[in-house]
Amino acid sequence: MDSAILSLLGAFLLSIIGLFVFIWSSRKGLLVENPKAASVIFARGEIGRVDDPALADAAQDSMQAAAQEPGHPLHVADASELQDRIASDQSSAFPVFMFITFACFWLLIGSLAGLTSSIKLHQPDWLTDQAWLTFGRIRTVHLTAVLYGWISNAALGMMLWLLPRLLRTHLHGAIWAMLGGALINMGIAAAIGAISSGWTDGMEYLEIPWQIAILIFAGFVLVILSVLYTLANRKVEHLYVSVWYMVAALLWIALLFLVAKLPGVHTGVQQATTNWWYGHNVLGLWFTPVSVGAIYYFLPKIIGRPVRSYNLSILGFWTLAFFYGQVGGHHLIGGPVPGWLTTLSIVQSVMMVIPVVAFSINMGGTLKGQMHLARYSPTLRFMMFGGLMYLASSLQGSLEALRSVNQVAHFTHFTVAHAHLGAYAFVTMVLFGAIYFMMPRVLNWEWPYPKLITLHFWLSAIGIAIYFIGLSTGGWLQGVAMLDAARPFMDSVTLTLPYLKWRTAGGSLMVLGHIVFVGHFLAMALRFGPTRTGAALFWQNNKRELAHGQ
Amino acid sequence: MDNEVKLVSGAMVALAVATAALVVMPYMEVRDIQPPPGLKQYTSAELRGRGVYIANGCVYCHSQQPRDRNFGPDFERGWGRASVPGDYVYDKPHLLGSMRTGPDLFNIASRQPSKDWHLGHLYQPRAYVPGSIMPSFPFLFTVKDAKEAEKEGEQPVPLPPAYGPTVGQVVVPTPEALDLVKYLLALNHTYPVLPPTPKP
Repeated sequence: MDSAILSLLGAFLLSIIGLFVFIWSSRKGLLVENPKAASVIFARGEIGRVDDPALADAAQDSMQAAAQEPGHPLHVADASELQDRIASDQSSAFPVFMFITFACFWLLIGSLAGLTSSIKLHQPDWLTDQAWLTFGRIRTVHLTAVLYGWISNAALGMMLWLLPRLLRTHLHGAIWAMLGGALINMGIAAAIGAISSGWTDGMEYLEIPWQIAILIFAGFVLVILSVLYTLANRKVEHLYVSVWYMVAALLWIALLFLVAKLPGVHTGVQQATTNWWYGHNVLGLWFTPVSVGAIYYFLPKIIGRPVRSYNLSILGFWTLAFFYGQVGGHHLIGGPVPGWLTTLSIVQSVMMVIPVVAFSINMGGTLKGQMHLARYSPTLRFMMFGGLMYLASSLQGSLEALRSVNQVAHFTHFTVAHAHLGAYAFVTMVLFGAIYFMMPRVLNWEWPYPKLITLHFWLSAIGIAIYFIGLSTGGWLQGVAMLDAARPFMDSVTLTLPYLKWRTAGGSLMVLGHIVFVGHFLAMALRFGPTRTGAALFWQNNKRELAHGQ
Repeated sequence: MDNEVKLVSGAMVALAVATAALVVMPYMEVRDIQPPPGLKQYTSAELRGRGVYIANGCVYCHSQQPRDRNFGPDFERGWGRASVPGDYVYDKPHLLGSMRTGPDLFNIASRQPSKDWHLGHLYQPRAYVPGSIMPSFPFLFTVKDAKEAEKEGEQPVPLPPAYGPTVGQVVVPTPEALDLVKYLLALNHTYPVLPPTPKP
């Protein structure tokens, strides 16, 4: 059959199905806004109260005054529900602290390795005597440390902290989650050692040797057991949308990792498609849903206002689940793979506009009239920046998948810049915000030097801006030069040099920000600083006073 | 939404669809592919060299997948015809790559068949390609006294005088460097392949 007829038929069937879904959803009342479901994250009477644990009392009060809307009197939050939340936080405190500490450690290692690789691209004779410092290895150490070490640990820590809160129960099987964390981090340490010594499985994002990957997979299974056990023992009827995103993401990454690492199954071109199925899904089905789920919790919680449209968030979830999984083939456009595969991936990449726009409209609506609170709340600043960069990186990704754009951008630094827009400007910034929000509740101690949070934000934000703008420009020019048969290949190398140096400049600011962040984290864990809200990590039940907001 | 079973099963269906499209279907489509008659299997030295290529992450800057002529000037640059799935049947793991910080290497052996050039270029890329940003790999070589090397019967790497070691010393490749060059000199996919059978 002619392909035009096929696509027309497909479009016709799709619209008929869409019509039926629409009719079904209006019969089920799905189009009615459901503020009750969106308010699950608040205790009774808590709506309207701002909440940023990273702020001291006085700063929190002035933020509350700035957030106050006329005609919405403040109520007193239900003390027993707040007490339950404290109990939830306590049950998860130690595992969360463990995951976040590991995350901070790997963040430092990973960003130093990243800066080293960045410098090596314009100083190719720097540090070449040692095999483990060669570009191909230290670059992979950077990727493993930041992807598996930093983002995954921080995401797991955040998940273990949020789920008991959202499910109004304590963290079940905390000891299993911690054992899982120990296995995962043993695996990451072993993997980094292996890659440095030249033992690698050799595929991008899948370098960790499969023998070591067993440890990491077992660790994930243990964390999943704890999460599912907590889910089964929940005390709320309604599962908040963040729970959907996070639980699904956790199951997805475990299965993705398992299938992609199966030894002896994949070979040749099929291995390449599996490689990119995994490579893009790490971002699409692990980092993205975890971070989107985080924004869906933290942003409304900080400003004390439920999410604008709850149903839009559910539309966003299911469209992400069904479209994102199939976009990986766009990494092989023009390569020796079946044409239908890349076409499918391009179509689904463009479809990703739907969940992203749903998310952005929703967050825009939720924040309407309260954007100025970002001046007060450091956590909100990180969340807003991350959310905006999700919109930017995802739209850029959809465009980049189009054949005409891909032709230029593929094989260049443009792709590297895009990856950092997603993994850093979006995911990492959200995780920073979440850690700034969580840690005072986890450690029951205030951030000792609040000014450092602002400093960290600007170092990271300006750093990634320089990085992204510089490298995208350089990458695009590199792609244009490479496509021009009249220019020698070396042109595409030499013209990138100034932009590679800009990348090092931006990267240095980011590393500086991380040193500030990890130093601040250490100072807090070691109980430095002028003020304190309560006592130590292992505070006995019910002795803890109700601090503001909670 | 308040049902965790719906959540888990929906999430699994979504992943299953993606896996079917990007893992299972390519698996079924390429599993019966025969290697083209011109494609040679790697020798064990070449496979060891391939291991050195993997261990040092060459794939992060060099692709091995020339694109079709209507997609870019890969052919005009001498990188060869567009590759087909059959070219990769012996490749485990695949090394298609996603970056071209350096040129495509799928047919490097036909462009640059000199062993000495490759050894010297690995020792110091800028000795042969001015402006190159490829790292040098001194750890794949040893610098020896010229007389000692001669006594041991080792063949030094010829280098342009400005890039060699001090007078009286020579650069001798390690077995890893020799294997790596053997692998690079095996990267020759210039044999003809049949065009794909047109779709009915």
